[in-house]
Amino acid sequence: MNKQKTVSGFKGASSDERVRKVSRLRTLLNRPELGALGGAILVFAFFGIIAGDSGMFSVLGIVNFMEVSSLLGIVAIAAAMLMISGEFDLSIGSMIAFAGVCIAIPITYFGWPLWFTIIVTFEIAILVGLFNGLLTVKTGLPSFIVTLAMLFILRGATVALTRGISGRTQIPGLKKFAAEDPLTFIFFNDMFEGLFTWFGSIGWLSLRPNGLPVIPGLPVCVIWFAVLLFFATWILLKTKFGNWIFASGGDANGARNAGVPVTFVKIILFCGTACAATAYATIQVIDAGSADTARGLLKEFEAIIASVVGGCLLHGGYGSAIGAGLGAIIFGTVSMGIYYTGVDSDWFKVFLGLMVLVAVLFNNFIRKRVTESR
Amino acid sequence: MEDTPLIELRAISKFFGKVIALKDVSLTVRKGEVMCLLGDNGAGKSTLIKCLSGVHQPSKGDIYVDGEKTVFESPRDPLDRGIATVYQDLGLVPLMSITRNFFMGREPTRYPWPFRIFDEERANQIATEKMLEIGIDIRDPGQAVGTLSGGERQTVAIAKAIYFGAKVLILDEPTSALGVHQASVVLKIIVNAAEAGLGVILITHNVHHAYPVGNRFTVLNRGTSLGTYEKAELPREKLLSMMAGGEELEQLEIELKEMNKKN
Repeated sequence: MNKQKTVSGFKGASSDERVRKVSRLRTLLNRPELGALGGAILVFAFFGIIAGDSGMFSVLGIVNFMEVSSLLGIVAIAAAMLMISGEFDLSIGSMIAFAGVCIAIPITYFGWPLWFTIIVTFEIAILVGLFNGLLTVKTGLPSFIVTLAMLFILRGATVALTRGISGRTQIPGLKKFAAEDPLTFIFFNDMFEGLFTWFGSIGWLSLRPNGLPVIPGLPVCVIWFAVLLFFATWILLKTKFGNWIFASGGDANGARNAGVPVTFVKIILFCGTACAATAYATIQVIDAGSADTARGLLKEFEAIIASVVGGCLLHGGYGSAIGAGLGAIIFGTVSMGIYYTGVDSDWFKVFLGLMVLVAVLFNNFIRKRVTESR
Repeated sequence: MEDTPLIELRAISKFFGKVIALKDVSLTVRKGEVMCLLGDNGAGKSTLIKCLSGVHQPSKGDIYVDGEKTVFESPRDPLDRGIATVYQDLGLVPLMSITRNFFMGREPTRYPWPFRIFDEERANQIATEKMLEIGIDIRDPGQAVGTLSGGERQTVAIAKAIYFGAKVLILDEPTSALGVHQASVVLKIIVNAAEAGLGVILITHNVHHAYPVGNRFTVLNRGTSLGTYEKAELPREKLLSMMAGGEELEQLEIELKEMNKKN
């Protein structure tokens, strides 16, 4: 049999007169994170012009907004991966508060060491993720509803447990435990101290009376964010599991028929969001030296906003971790930057809402470009 | 073509409660032939495919694979025996690239764990090669399936099934959503697949698509088989009239003529 037989209709399709040469730029235009990249450049340009001389882009200012962005970015990347697989997790914010008190209560009231409660809390997070995932996949209910229920369950449990045990809604006084714990350095630490001391010596950072710079180093959560960003992108674009994530979100049924373990993929990613929320909570608890039942409010939506601004489609199958990271950076930059502009920060949420609308319209346009025949 | 059939159905019946979806339908497919299963909507074509692909178990009758009596308990079983079904929706993800769709769930990898990555370069190469083998020269294996034409998408699904070891290819209405040109491309690919030694079951309600490519024809009507015919013993007109609605159309023609006479 002649194996190289080509059907006339498609013969030499590369030289087909109906096919245009597609430039690199156009290929780039089809990447999901393009919108977020444009948005980030716009936001930086805007604040550069409006607030350029207000200290926003000093080392101190940059570290400030990067810290905020990184914290959000950690949960946004996990949320984006879950969203690409076609599911939502609305319990992220409640999980942050829940994980916070799960860490704090046993330290204060049972005398457990911090490192141990952190490990236990991560295990609890995996259980929450398992529960969300199993319930969503096995019942076929929309994850929106399942995790909405979990939002209330976790928030309620957080308040009830904390008040039941401590009589208050806050658990303070954890600084001294954190200071001597072997795990603290992973979650709360200053990196590149030498560099920051040098920044201080050349006047880029103002100095404290004792001669040290006002910020001793780069918060370790920025490193976390960067590592997670790299890792998530690697998973999505370079591994088998990444292909399964896209396939699960693109067409769960087709993926299942092709042998993709869709249930497994989704459960892992639900555990991912719960663990990201726990990492967020751990950093916050150690930084603030306290846990509070009101922590993490609306974080699930902020994470979804960052993901959507970063190019994730709401019904799954498309998106990127880099996009979600950029979305988080836009979010953090605007939320910090608005103080430098002198605009009433009450307008921040209005801006956020508008940004989401613009992002969704843009994403819609991109998706049409990608799916419709050229 | 005297060897054992790749698949043989013997007097398959399927009941859903009181409904008789299929009654005593028999069918064989041999290596290198295109077996056309024709029938109008509701004739039982879908039920028959579902029995063949392990979605349903027949209520009565037996399935033989390579001459050996077999029971398909899940859609996994026929796949393991080299029987691949390409459904109308194709199971492709429009937003993913051709290569990623091609290898979905069976990605080739390189490097040892934990550095193991999806070997996209090799995957691209195989996808391009396999598409070319059955007759489609794709422009760029990295382009999204959503940008392909209906015929090209069908080809991706067929090439994928063949690459992953299909000996029998069951195609569910592969041409129904396609224009004339695209349909002819897909039909050509079906012939190529049969020439390469596969058994093909082509399910369609379109006689004009089935007749040129089919070796044998089984016509279903209201759950029963009207018989299986070699192409030589079955002129196109006879096949057309056997299809449910063929007689009705003739009747309609007569009625219309009479109406014209009266006017």
